[in-house]
Amino acid sequence: MLTNPVLPYLLLSALLFTIGFAAVVIRRNAIVVLIGIELMLNAANLNFIAFWRFGPHPEAASGLMFVIFSIAVAAAEAAVGLALVISIYRHYRTANVDAANSLKG
Amino acid sequence: MTETADQIFVLLKHWLVAFAPAKWQPLFSMLISAAAIVGGFAGLFALTTILERKGLGRIQNRYGPNRVGPFGLLQPLADGVKSLTKEDIIPRSADQIVHFIAPLVLVGPVFLALAVIPMGRNLVAADLDAGVLFFLAAGAATELSVFMAGWSSRNKYSMLGAMRAIAQMISYEVPLILSAVTVVMMAGSLSTVTIVETQSGYTGFLPNWYVLTPWGLAGFLLFLIAALAESNRSPFDLPEGESEIIAGYYIEYSGFKFALFFLGEYIGMFAISGMAVTLFLGGWHAPFAFLGWVPSYLWFFGKLLALICLFIWIRGTLPRLRMDQLMNFAWKFMVPLTLVNIVVAGCWRFMEPGFARWVACGVLIAAPAAILAHVLAAKGKIHRRVYRYAD
Amino acid sequence: MTALLTAGSALAAISLRNLVHCALALALSFLGLAVIYLELHAQFAGFAQVLVYVGAVAILVLFAILLTTTPEREGGSRLASGWLAGIVSATALFVVFGGILLSSRALPAPGGTAPAVTVKQIGQELMTLYILPLQVIGLLLTAALIGAVIISMRERGAR
Repeated sequence: MLTNPVLPYLLLSALLFTIGFAAVVIRRNAIVVLIGIELMLNAANLNFIAFWRFGPHPEAASGLMFVIFSIAVAAAEAAVGLALVISIYRHYRTANVDAANSLKG
Repeated sequence: MTETADQIFVLLKHWLVAFAPAKWQPLFSMLISAAAIVGGFAGLFALTTILERKGLGRIQNRYGPNRVGPFGLLQPLADGVKSLTKEDIIPRSADQIVHFIAPLVLVGPVFLALAVIPMGRNLVAADLDAGVLFFLAAGAATELSVFMAGWSSRNKYSMLGAMRAIAQMISYEVPLILSAVTVVMMAGSLSTVTIVETQSGYTGFLPNWYVLTPWGLAGFLLFLIAALAESNRSPFDLPEGESEIIAGYYIEYSGFKFALFFLGEYIGMFAISGMAVTLFLGGWHAPFAFLGWVPSYLWFFGKLLALICLFIWIRGTLPRLRMDQLMNFAWKFMVPLTLVNIVVAGCWRFMEPGFARWVACGVLIAAPAAILAHVLAAKGKIHRRVYRYAD
Repeated sequence: MTALLTAGSALAAISLRNLVHCALALALSFLGLAVIYLELHAQFAGFAQVLVYVGAVAILVLFAILLTTTPEREGGSRLASGWLAGIVSATALFVVFGGILLSSRALPAPGGTAPAVTVKQIGQELMTLYILPLQVIGLLLTAALIGAVIISMRERGAR
């Protein structure tokens, strides 16, 4: 069934992406939403690395470089996102995404 | 003859590996290296505990342990027996799984970090292309175990100690990595074996080690200070200060798990001293050309022991830093200095060798250090210490 | 193998009751991913993943959890409103992905060798080919650093 050696990695990446997406949509706590976002970014990274390993290479390192930049960007975004969550918590006294539903204040 | 003595461990390993069938030989070779590292460094750990206790005792004008064995030299044995047979008390409200795994998460990565340190000619367990990066990654993974230990004990003191410890470790990772980056920049490679090789050779009668250059000396000092902070040792041991927070994040651990934490901390100290020796002190090279007949691993372990004695000496001498002093020191003093160090290393590379190079680079490092120190000290209103003695 | 570990801990990360366990499971899945990167001969990415994600992002998440949990248990489920639609759409998404992947004709032909990329090469490319992204990332990280500090500073004045 899985003749192509890329396929297991791509399927795992799709699974991780789906799990991350489920976390964003289903869970109520803002931090679990951020965990889901990180999982989605990691799934995309895995996709890049899998294709880099098994695909044709016009320039040898482009997939790897993209992943390195993606890791850096994800770290920056996690920092800002978590700072936002902490700030919202201070205001609303809860980390519930359903609670922060008014544009006032 | 000296060649054989130098390579004796490598030859021993080849001889042992030849016993295995051909398909299993790489695995067998790795297992032998791993076993040798674990066994060797565990032995060094036992030696260091007794060295530390007697050394600290002498610095503090008392004998260290001197009951067990001649001059107390068998004390580690007694310590081992005690920690193995002590009752393992776990608080009832503690998080059982996390509490159990935390020591393992500490000990695993620190032993892994030892794999990339070259301990002699051809004596490195894993010659990775990105050895220094692997070492730093393994160091970063130990912070998670600190948090797990502190949080799972459900104890306010241990949580506080864990958060302080993590803040300290993260803050001091930046100067650690930046001072390692200077060496990587000058050596041109992240592989520890290559870094040691670029420090071979002798100019005049002095070796080519990086510590004997202005940027190398500054980098070495910064790396050592960051290493002290990373291993939570005095004067940065507020998170585990024995007189302040009563062993901080591993309050609730007893018996074997405490021994594992202790082991993990000391092995972390060895790993980071080993990295300091590799990066700055020339790895396994002899200091003078005429001493080249001594086997390389003896030089490595000699330098390692010298650094460990230096750590013990500093522990016995300097008072503990407060948390805010600690963080200020990391971010306001060490990070700018490491950045200046990188620039100075670049200058060193592009000037011709000679006296002018030394003077220029020396001034370029010493001046910002002095200015920063003066500015920061003036802000904190530090006065000259006045000693008053009782009559 | 590691794929099972990664997927399993990712599932645990989104569905455990205790938030700290979630974050630790997330760290475990990052570690599993790093092992997979190493399996795929992407050494630099694997080590960078451990250094950045496990060593920094996981700890960030843990600190944020510590700073935002209320001591009393919030009554009510952990699931947001509209969770059923969420589960349905997630499964539909996975089915669509799986279908596309398994029936795709655009996958690279098997039998490619691993590109031998040394760290030296990465460094050289970073400085020549990818110099603009490198500078932009430096700027981005600085902005993120300053932004995160400013957002989470305590508001001055009456509170």
